[in-house]
Amino acid sequence: MYEVILIGLNHRTAPLEIRERISFPEEDLTLYLKRLSNLPSLTEGLILSTCNRVELYGIAKNSEGVVNELKEFLAHQHNLPLPAIENTLYILKGEEVVRHIFRVASSIDSMVVGEPQILGQLKRAYRLAHTARTTGILLNKLFHKAFSVAKRVRTETSIGNRAVSVSFVAVELAKKIFGHLEGREVLIIGAGEMCELAAQYLTRGGVKKVIVSNRTWERALNLAEKFNGEAIPFTEFPNSLLRVDIVISSTGSPDFILRKEVVSRIIKERKHRPLFFIDIAVPRDIDPQVNSIDNIYLYDIDDLQEVAEVNVKNRQQEARKAEDIVAIEVEKFCRWHQSLDVFPTIVSLLQKLDEIRAKELQKTLSSLPQLSEKERAALEKLTNSIVKKMLHDPITLLKQTNKDSEGVLYVDIVKKLFKLDEE
Amino acid sequence: MINVFFFKVTLVLYLAGTVAYLIYLLFMHERTAWAGRLLLGLGFLSHCLTLVMRYIEAGHTPVVNLHESLSFFSWAIVGSFFIFHYRYRVDIMGALISPLALLLIIWAATLPKAVIPLPPSLRSYWLPIHTTFAFLGNAIFAVAFCSGVMYLIQERLVKSKRVGPLSKRLPSLEVLDEINYRSLTIGFPLLTIGIVTGSIWAEYAWGSYWSWDPKETWSMITWLLYAALLHQRLAVGWRRKKAAIMAIVGFGAILFTFLGVNLLLEGLHSYSEWFR
Repeated sequence: MYEVILIGLNHRTAPLEIRERISFPEEDLTLYLKRLSNLPSLTEGLILSTCNRVELYGIAKNSEGVVNELKEFLAHQHNLPLPAIENTLYILKGEEVVRHIFRVASSIDSMVVGEPQILGQLKRAYRLAHTARTTGILLNKLFHKAFSVAKRVRTETSIGNRAVSVSFVAVELAKKIFGHLEGREVLIIGAGEMCELAAQYLTRGGVKKVIVSNRTWERALNLAEKFNGEAIPFTEFPNSLLRVDIVISSTGSPDFILRKEVVSRIIKERKHRPLFFIDIAVPRDIDPQVNSIDNIYLYDIDDLQEVAEVNVKNRQQEARKAEDIVAIEVEKFCRWHQSLDVFPTIVSLLQKLDEIRAKELQKTLSSLPQLSEKERAALEKLTNSIVKKMLHDPITLLKQTNKDSEGVLYVDIVKKLFKLDEE
Repeated sequence: MINVFFFKVTLVLYLAGTVAYLIYLLFMHERTAWAGRLLLGLGFLSHCLTLVMRYIEAGHTPVVNLHESLSFFSWAIVGSFFIFHYRYRVDIMGALISPLALLLIIWAATLPKAVIPLPPSLRSYWLPIHTTFAFLGNAIFAVAFCSGVMYLIQERLVKSKRVGPLSKRLPSLEVLDEINYRSLTIGFPLLTIGIVTGSIWAEYAWGSYWSWDPKETWSMITWLLYAALLHQRLAVGWRRKKAAIMAIVGFGAILFTFLGVNLLLEGLHSYSEWFR
């Protein structure tokens, strides 16, 4: 039985330094996918690499062996010794992976629950793998299902509104401080998934210029390009605090990247022109003490959610609703997956055809009462061997293909052709 | 005494406007802000008539006793509010301005309203020039005071992350700071002209430009306060919170110069001495 395997790390399990080293740049992803699919025990593979998570999805028969192969692949591709990353990894199998991917797609697993970027990133990762032909029937089905679960969660719960309302609140607050946003400049530090959305709202609100700073230069460039903005090296960002008005930070650094002393100095140099910090990172990027400085306003993600009047009770309720949807869909998917096992399929195929044969034979025999016992036995034998002969090749094929992952495709088709599900 | 009739009408309208604005502050219905503005506006028109009538009746600018001065100051404050409201649409400032104007005019109502013939020393065209500039400057600073108070409230709300309906109604910090700046740059020249013309007039009337009577001393203190604020603002970049606090402190000095000096200290400008 082919099983789906996942190894990965995210903002909760791995520190920023490792996440940065491990990430797969999108432009080289096809190459990595090819290498991934060359792993001996892997039959399908997919790489998801975002700012907050790196995950390898695979289909394999021998899950024990493939876990080690995947781990080594991850370390090896980035020239890291395996022990350096091993304890930051999570390894999921079968049903756990299904639940995980459904939760990731629905943005329940995100740093900012409900942020919509992750679904797009997931779709891009899937498209790349699909184009590189490293996915097969199982991953295809899994990801398509994940997308539809995400859609269901989005329409049936208010989780998705949360990120939008958080961005909306950020813009409203900026307007409370600055009056209007025309001509203002915004600095994005890090490239967390939520940053982009907030920046989008701010530019729509009139912000003139977007400056992006990221430890990874390419990411800074990519995001800056989206807003016709400017990318600056990560070490330079404190200098640009002198010119910008709004700062959105989401680096996922374990420590504060901005401390009170630095900000106190900066506000003096700015001649006390106000500065609005939006800290979306978990854990926080900016020392909360900063808020006590005159003309500095600091809101973290909890503050924003509170202002957005997404009260805690409602939040928990909607999260539970989303988890329920995921649970139902996981069960459905697993039932489908189990049904792809080849031997039960062969058995039920044989059963079904034998039932048809027996029924039709009975009809014929009852209209020919004059037949002798011997003749009856001959007819029985004849029909039996017709069915057996006709099924011989398909069953051989099913058994053969069962050795590679294509088998599930045939199983699926056979089940559909013969309507084997309807018992 | 037709001016007294209009004065009473003004008082009633200011009272009604204040009530409407305070209801607006409590319940935030846009309609009540509109009503407050209308009532205060009608009150202002009636107030204009009061002043014109009194001018005609007395034959001089009605600012020579405390009743007249309070009424005139109240008129100037309401007028300044409408000028700023026209530019910045700050309805909620009405909830601060209208009680202030009402308080002044109620106080004026309790004082003797009889027109007193002007003593010869004050019969001069410097009287309207000096007093109008001084009062207009003070009134503009009243607006700065209100914007300062509003700034501190809004700043408190945004800082402590309680951006509820009140914060929504208050103008943005930027706008409040701009009002502070505007009123400073308008009010300061007016005050300066008020003091300079007063000084010139003093030379004519009393034979000396500056005689350090309490009113003059306190005017100087007030002027220095605002000069310091303007300087800090332009040169050092004191804006926003510090500027707001300064505007509040400055207005305290103005009130003392205007009222405290007259009521508590003896001097050339004192109504208590001349016109009680």
